[in-house]
Amino acid sequence: MVKVIICVIAYLVLAPFVGGILAGLDRKISARMQGRVGPPILQPFYDVLKLTEKENITVNRVQDFYVMCFFIFVLVTGGLFFAGENLLLVMFTLTLASVFLIIAAFSSNSPYSEVGAERELLQMLAYEPMVLITCVGFYMFTGSFQVGQIMLSTQMPLPYLIGLFIGFVFILTIKFRKSPFDLSMSHHAHQELVAGLKTEFSGKTLALVEAAHWYENVFLLGMVFLFFVNGQWWGYVIGAVVCLGTYFLEILIDNSFARMKWQVAINSAWIVALVLGTVNLFMLLFI
Amino acid sequence: MSYITKSPWVIHYDGSSCNGCDIEVLACLMPMYDVERFGVINTGNPKHADVFLVTGSINEQNKNVVKQIYEQMPEPKVVVAIGICACNGGIFKECYNILGGVDTVIPVDAYVPGCAARPEAIIDAVVAGLGILEQKRAAMLEAPKAAPAVEEPAAEEAEEAEEAAAEAEEAPVEEAAEEAAEEGKEEA
Repeated sequence: MVKVIICVIAYLVLAPFVGGILAGLDRKISARMQGRVGPPILQPFYDVLKLTEKENITVNRVQDFYVMCFFIFVLVTGGLFFAGENLLLVMFTLTLASVFLIIAAFSSNSPYSEVGAERELLQMLAYEPMVLITCVGFYMFTGSFQVGQIMLSTQMPLPYLIGLFIGFVFILTIKFRKSPFDLSMSHHAHQELVAGLKTEFSGKTLALVEAAHWYENVFLLGMVFLFFVNGQWWGYVIGAVVCLGTYFLEILIDNSFARMKWQVAINSAWIVALVLGTVNLFMLLFI
Repeated sequence: MSYITKSPWVIHYDGSSCNGCDIEVLACLMPMYDVERFGVINTGNPKHADVFLVTGSINEQNKNVVKQIYEQMPEPKVVVAIGICACNGGIFKECYNILGGVDTVIPVDAYVPGCAARPEAIIDAVVAGLGILEQKRAAMLEAPKAAPAVEEPAAEEAEEAEEAAAEAEEAPVEEAAEEAAEEGKEEA
């Protein structure tokens, strides 16, 4: 019980720092890939702290409430995950958090944020099947949806869940909001409709959205890590290295692709989920 | 020190510019000058921006657009007029459709003369603008809830804003205040 509390508190306290530094590395590496020097590693922290200093402008009062709900439920998602709770519950909480963000964007009635919100819905439609199939795969391999039980597994899940791993990394591009599939809100202004989903968020509200994004990224990398646990120290090391490798791969993809149409996002994500996901599940049945 | 100077996000609006200054503004973001080193990001959204870069002069068509972008930016904010056209109308000054520089509609904090303005000069102006941004932030903390009143004294402190700016500024600020008051009434 004490261990669980320590894990949750460690996540709540450390995740924004880890997430922020990852975001800083992202911008630095992206800049180097484009032949630029790039901002300092701590730039994302400066950005968020600056946003908290800005005047508060909100279109209506409910918007802030929904964004706050989004932030809290992202924290709950990560908290449940690092507490070793049920994987399905974790994923449904994440979906709930995304729904709050979408409602916040819709509540503003701005055409740009509405387009962003609709695209976010399409993105959810694209990645949800793969996320659920991944959870089911972990259940079939370890016999439990509990993250705590999965962590106790003595065999590395990766060789048995390799299809699910590739599929999950594929939809991470959507979840990290990276370039071919950053339909709803992009990190780059040049390919965005004003600012997509976050058009009407400014000041502290935008700071909350950014911070929630850091928490979410750390949780998603935790999911990647879960593929490598085998009860041994070298399993954890491989897991951590692959997490960083995955993040680098996403940065590379982000810089080498332009944004694609939403049809491509849905079609490709569903084909990946169907082919890699279900084939892998059937294989697990017969192993 | 506040973090506002460490991450100035800019929004760029092309008034009736010939695109010369626009290309120089974008050149600042390119690998050669790379202003992202200082945290400058080009946002496409006035609600996220701290620095408003205007190129080209103001005419009847874009007067309201410039005003609206300015009003949508959250405080503290600074305006930088880039190129001689944005400063006072430039070679188009006498045209029947041109009102003049950016300061005919909104208060301007820094002026960058030149045709076209050099990227170095634009970066210098944005850095000068950061000082003003810091002052406005301090003024904002001192005078809470009196948002529209903050703009005037802070804008006057800008060294570059000597010329016609001072007279021209007052009118739009008053208008903005009136509009804000009207909006307040509607909400009530």
